[in-house]
Amino acid sequence: MAVLLAILTAFILYPVLSVLWISLSDDGSNPTLVHFANFFRRPLFREALWNTLWSGALVVLFSAVLALPLAYVLARYEFRGKLLLQTAATLPLVIPPFVGAVALQLILGRSGMVNLLLMDWFEISIPFMEGLAGVVLVQTLHFFPFILLNTVVSLANIDSSLEEAAKNLGCHGFRLFRRVTLPLMLPGFIAGSLLTFIRAIDDLGTPLMLNYKNLLAPQAYLRITTIGMDDVDGYVVCVVLVVLSLAALLAARKYLSLAEYASLQRAAPVTGTLHGSTLAIVWLVIALILAVSLLPHIGIALLSFSKIWSFTLLPTTYTLGNYEEILFRVPHFVINTLVYTLLAAALDIVLGATIAFLLLRTRVPGKNLLDAVATLPLAIPGVVLAVGYLRVFHGWDFPGLGAPLTSSWLILVVAYSMRRLPYTVRASYAALQQVHVSLEESAQNLGANRLRTFIRITLPMIGSGLVAGGLIAFITSCVELASTIMLVPRIELGPIAYGIYLYMQSPLGRGAGAALGVVAILLVSLGTYLTHRIFGARAGSAFRV
Amino acid sequence: MQAGEIELEKIGKRYGEQWVVRNIDLHIQRGEFFTFLGPSGCGKTTLLRMIAGFVEPDAGLVRLDGQVVNQVPPWRRDIGMVFQSYALWPHLTVFENVAFGLRERKVARAEINQRVTDALKQVELQGTDARRPSQLSGGQQQRVALARTLVIQPRVLLLDEPLSNLDARLRIEMRLELLKLQRDLGLTTIYVTHDQEEALAMSTQIAVIDRGRVIQQGKPREIYETPADDFVAAFIGQSNLLPARIDRVLSESVVVTVEGGMELTLGLPMTVKTIATGDAVMLSVRPEAIELIDTSVQSDRKSRIEGTIAASAYQGAFVEYEIAALGKSLKARVASQRGKPLFERGDEIAFSFAAADVTLIAAQQKS
Repeated sequence: MAVLLAILTAFILYPVLSVLWISLSDDGSNPTLVHFANFFRRPLFREALWNTLWSGALVVLFSAVLALPLAYVLARYEFRGKLLLQTAATLPLVIPPFVGAVALQLILGRSGMVNLLLMDWFEISIPFMEGLAGVVLVQTLHFFPFILLNTVVSLANIDSSLEEAAKNLGCHGFRLFRRVTLPLMLPGFIAGSLLTFIRAIDDLGTPLMLNYKNLLAPQAYLRITTIGMDDVDGYVVCVVLVVLSLAALLAARKYLSLAEYASLQRAAPVTGTLHGSTLAIVWLVIALILAVSLLPHIGIALLSFSKIWSFTLLPTTYTLGNYEEILFRVPHFVINTLVYTLLAAALDIVLGATIAFLLLRTRVPGKNLLDAVATLPLAIPGVVLAVGYLRVFHGWDFPGLGAPLTSSWLILVVAYSMRRLPYTVRASYAALQQVHVSLEESAQNLGANRLRTFIRITLPMIGSGLVAGGLIAFITSCVELASTIMLVPRIELGPIAYGIYLYMQSPLGRGAGAALGVVAILLVSLGTYLTHRIFGARAGSAFRV
Repeated sequence: MQAGEIELEKIGKRYGEQWVVRNIDLHIQRGEFFTFLGPSGCGKTTLLRMIAGFVEPDAGLVRLDGQVVNQVPPWRRDIGMVFQSYALWPHLTVFENVAFGLRERKVARAEINQRVTDALKQVELQGTDARRPSQLSGGQQQRVALARTLVIQPRVLLLDEPLSNLDARLRIEMRLELLKLQRDLGLTTIYVTHDQEEALAMSTQIAVIDRGRVIQQGKPREIYETPADDFVAAFIGQSNLLPARIDRVLSESVVVTVEGGMELTLGLPMTVKTIATGDAVMLSVRPEAIELIDTSVQSDRKSRIEGTIAASAYQGAFVEYEIAALGKSLKARVASQRGKPLFERGDEIAFSFAAADVTLIAAQQKS
């Protein structure tokens, strides 16, 4: 318990609090609000705040428009091609948003495929990818599955007798949806929306890749990296980001706890089959969504095999050189990623299982605090955690390391594992909750001590839950950009995300960057596939708070 | 509105290849308290859901007051149903839950207020209007579910194991209340349960259902006293099944010999159609019909069966004995009398029973 609290304090609480303290004090001695006053006085920051809120809201809105009809169809109807739709719905999750941003530039950008065609045919071009619109487009395509999955779970959890009772009393059709179904699924939908909002405002990669800087996350990043660690404004921006995320997270939790009520005894059965013209329409929508959500994947795959691709519809020359580059000439990006993310995932599994055990099976004091601190990373954007680490661990030798933590690759492992800890805590908690205490007690009654009980009874029963949580930590760490680009000590210590970012800076390196992107997509796909194998139909619940 | 007569004609329901309800004919008269009784998975709930309109029969007709309603959707049937899980909407208050069906029927606001208040009073839940279902106890939720259904004045009331989620004491209390309410309203009620005690206590008619078929239909006493076969005999209360053989068939009665030598003359049973000398039959004897005889008193082998006490359980008002006899384990329930010594494990005894307490069951069915 003490060790655990020390770890969480050192790597979560302390860095975040020191960011808070710098933004609230003058030179680290007296508390003051003057920095926040300055923040709100500067038009640049006011605009960044407004843009962040506005684009976050738009992403949620558009995602909802995409996700809601799909969720209803998925949860309530049986039809041919349903599996295809389910797969299509998870495709956007396997491509990191900043990779998707690059790919969409190639297809929808100013000199991308679509605009080249439009110019040819109609002499017009549509600025899909310019400015805030581009950010919103990329994020919508990437994040809509979060709302979709949350809503499907909500819908599937509604006890079917709740709707049957309404029918029995004379209610049906759209009235039934409005009076019973909608209110019951609303909490899950709202929670999914708030999560999408958190991820959208936390996303640093997309705006950086699209070169749109007037949002809070890129502002914080640019302040710290260009002006320096002593620029107070950067810290203030960080704190504003945390406040926004935290507010959204608390609201999401509240709604999710409300959502629990609807899930009673029997899950709702699929209520109908689709055929005829309805099925045709559904198929059309599926095809459209599949096409759009596959665009980034196709673009990045093409780019990874191309030697030259600019101002043409498709690449002009193809090559395998990009893969040769990243797999043989500079293989360290891939190797580093595997080392860091697997270590981080393993660490998360151990910490997550321990925390879950403490929360569920013991009466140690400070449980609520432990729970709160372990959940906190969900509301701490990567930029903010990185800034905190740079502030706290820079310039002094970390015990047992002989050098500052920030000059070692270990800082990335720590950052990843802290960022993703909530996932394994949740997964372990859920798994352990399923194991009734009496199962353990009966083992002890038959002579197994605590450790033996844990190894022989508890661990086998929660094992798959732990692995699933670890897989999600692994998947998300693979594509973590924000904290990566701030914390990588030297180029040769960088993981894939860093490599992509680096390569994408120059037109000549884009092919190799895309090849790294493809590797990232494959890693994430593998992780997602395994998660689905383990979680089965409940995979959607892995993406809830 | 109230009429409420239901006829099921050759009803069948199939899931895949499996017929879960097979060729059921039932006539439920108005005002009746009709119970579908059977073990879980016997098809009784499916039958109920076909009446409510949630399941469409694959064969046969459902008639409500003479009209075929197979194609009528649930929301136009005016058949109230109380769900096993109560199915109270968590996002609505108690008042809104009860008012739901009235709003669907476009009842005027003032009348809704009046009727909801009356319905809540009827189930003794005055003053809970503003609460959420989650703030109520299980028993109270049950009452809200009942009020919600009764307030629309349905033609028929369907109850799907409504008491199964309550604790034992509350269950017996609610049982009596339901009974009074139903008899007062004269509302045709169909009750689904696997609890034979509930069925016997509440029903005017019982249909015992097993593996998708109605095995026996009748008044509670008929079902208990003259079970149609060994399944009914074993499912309704406890029953000892004794193998026997038909000795002689007379004009008004038959003479049977129970294995072990005991002879009985029985009235010709209604439930057994054809009987011939030499047929193997089963006798169903309730534990309370068995009379233990002191073996020291000499008696004829033809009037008793010998056995050994295998176990005895003193229950206050009576003693339950397990008797090893005829290679079987039989149950006897004997009223305990003050001062009278009890038999103990290992005691050699003999027992007999009166012909009037015996039900003759034809060839043994597989169970």
